[in-house]
Amino acid sequence: MARIDLKELAHSYLSKPAGEADYALRKMDHVWEDGNAYALLGPSGCGKTTLLNIISGLLQPSEGQVLFDGKDVTALLPQERNIAQVFQFPVIYDTMSVYDNLAFPLRNRKLPAADIDMRVKEVADMLELNDVLHKRAANLSADAKQKISLGRGLVRSDVAAILFDEPLTVIDPHLKLLLRRKLKQIHARFKLTMVYVTHDQLEALTFADQVVVMNEGQVMQIGTPQDLFENPQHTFVGYFIGSPGMNFLPCRMQNGIADIGNHEIRVGNDTETLNGNFMLGIRPEFLKLHPQKVQGSLPVAVKAFEDLGNCKIVTVKLAEKTLKVKLSEEQELPVERSFLEFQSQWIRIYADEKLVANGVE
Amino acid sequence: MNKWEDNKAWLMVIPVFLVVAVSAIVPLMTVVNYSLQDIFGPDQRVFVGVEWYKDALTDPRLHDALKRQLLFSSLVLLIEIPLGILIALMMPKKGWGASLSLVLVALPLLIPWNVIGTIWIIFMRPDIGLLGAAVNGLGIPFDHTASPFAAWVTVMLMEVWHWTPLVVLLAYAGLQAIPEAYFQAARIDGASVWSTFRYIQLPKMRGVLTIAVLLRFMDSFLIYAEPFVLTGGGPGNSTTFLSIYLVKLAVGQFDLGPAAAFSIIYFLIVLLFCWLFYQALLKVGTGDKS
Repeated sequence: MARIDLKELAHSYLSKPAGEADYALRKMDHVWEDGNAYALLGPSGCGKTTLLNIISGLLQPSEGQVLFDGKDVTALLPQERNIAQVFQFPVIYDTMSVYDNLAFPLRNRKLPAADIDMRVKEVADMLELNDVLHKRAANLSADAKQKISLGRGLVRSDVAAILFDEPLTVIDPHLKLLLRRKLKQIHARFKLTMVYVTHDQLEALTFADQVVVMNEGQVMQIGTPQDLFENPQHTFVGYFIGSPGMNFLPCRMQNGIADIGNHEIRVGNDTETLNGNFMLGIRPEFLKLHPQKVQGSLPVAVKAFEDLGNCKIVTVKLAEKTLKVKLSEEQELPVERSFLEFQSQWIRIYADEKLVANGVE
Repeated sequence: MNKWEDNKAWLMVIPVFLVVAVSAIVPLMTVVNYSLQDIFGPDQRVFVGVEWYKDALTDPRLHDALKRQLLFSSLVLLIEIPLGILIALMMPKKGWGASLSLVLVALPLLIPWNVIGTIWIIFMRPDIGLLGAAVNGLGIPFDHTASPFAAWVTVMLMEVWHWTPLVVLLAYAGLQAIPEAYFQAARIDGASVWSTFRYIQLPKMRGVLTIAVLLRFMDSFLIYAEPFVLTGGGPGNSTTFLSIYLVKLAVGQFDLGPAAAFSIIYFLIVLLFCWLFYQALLKVGTGDKS
């Protein structure tokens, strides 16, 4: 159990970074609270693995400090830090049995054999590895191997945090759900701090209490899945979270009205102070299509739709702009000329990609 | 399908058939022919059946050469494989240091084999050889032309210098193929350098090491040019390996019959090793699927 502080942390892979662009991780101050499950979400190359490796000690940051429960561990080696890391593909010791794999970290720390036996059996029980305990680890399936990797981390009683680097990448889809559930059970039981790196937002949103969204080495937003969905602080978060992501329309704001070229959308009283060019964002879930004109709706041409099973995605054209609308399964297919209603309390106004105002009913 | 069209494919293969026939099959059959006859001169031959084979298999000098050969090949494996692995472990993995060390390590492999023999003759000479004179200067009498032990040491030094780089290159390639995550996990698990070697590096090099062992064993079994240039098989018989003995028989004594029989036996031994090599490679291939 540990609270992890990152103080003025930054990292560049170059020895003499010239500017912001040379940093893989831009300067950040962040606290990972003790016992929470965090998801670290972002596109490939955004610095998630770099950050994870700095926390675990596999990488030394070029600037800043890492603190575990207030103690500076920046100079400590991984094995001195009481963390465990599960990697993208299963890492097991081929020549050993499952039992020996799980016992390996404890044997390296020279624990007595009886203690080792007890811990290994406990962890094997929790991960449901009992019936393969004495088989050669190399012959098992990928998900069993990932469980062994996880087990090697859990078997140490002094483990403070577990770090996961996209651990379900090589697991078959129908087993992913089982493993995710297992991870949540372990979190509930041990109350360990867990940091789960992924680029799959479904995994992130179902696993974590708090999601940290990263892009290009920077933390964009931290919040619960609901926060990120309803109030994206940055256009990137709006675009990245949600399937499909947020719709964006460039607009001119004046007196609470957004002018998007040929049409006007009423945004609400809170935005009356805004003047100038902004970006209007609205999620596909908060747009409604009507076959006839209703108050405040705009005429659109329906261009395409995809039936995804549990929902339908309709692509519409408003003037020259393309928007996506999400319909629920039972809703009828729209006619070619429909009317689009913006639910104004879900409109978000962005200036320079940052959230500046919300719409009002 | 037109039958004539099928036959056209055979026409394309005929040139290769002819080349293989002339360069391999015909000489092989000739040797088999000789091995069954006693040849006094170009026109005087007597059919003797398997007599030469019996002689060869009971020839004490052949047995000695075989023993020497097996000792040599075993020493080769015992020294070159661990040494090759050790050097590969010490070589840098990235950057200009990696390229430089690869080039330096590979240099001995590029030298023509009889030149290697010549280099080492001069190198080990007690009067003007760099190493030979140095060792003798230290008070240790070392003359590879006089003492069988010194001859063996010299042959082994030459062989190890020449061929360990092959093992190094194979082991290096094997090490490079191991994903970084294994080493990261080992660090987190608190594994020592030795544990990391024993449980991660060595098992993952199994494929390339099998190839290295079999290649070196086979090649050392066939060795001819380097020891022949270095010692000529001497002093006396002490470094007369199988191939050197065969050449002595065939060319030196012009006993074509026994030499032919012996070379067929030699060929069959090497064929056996080839087959074993092939079987092991197949297993390595399927084993590597994990």
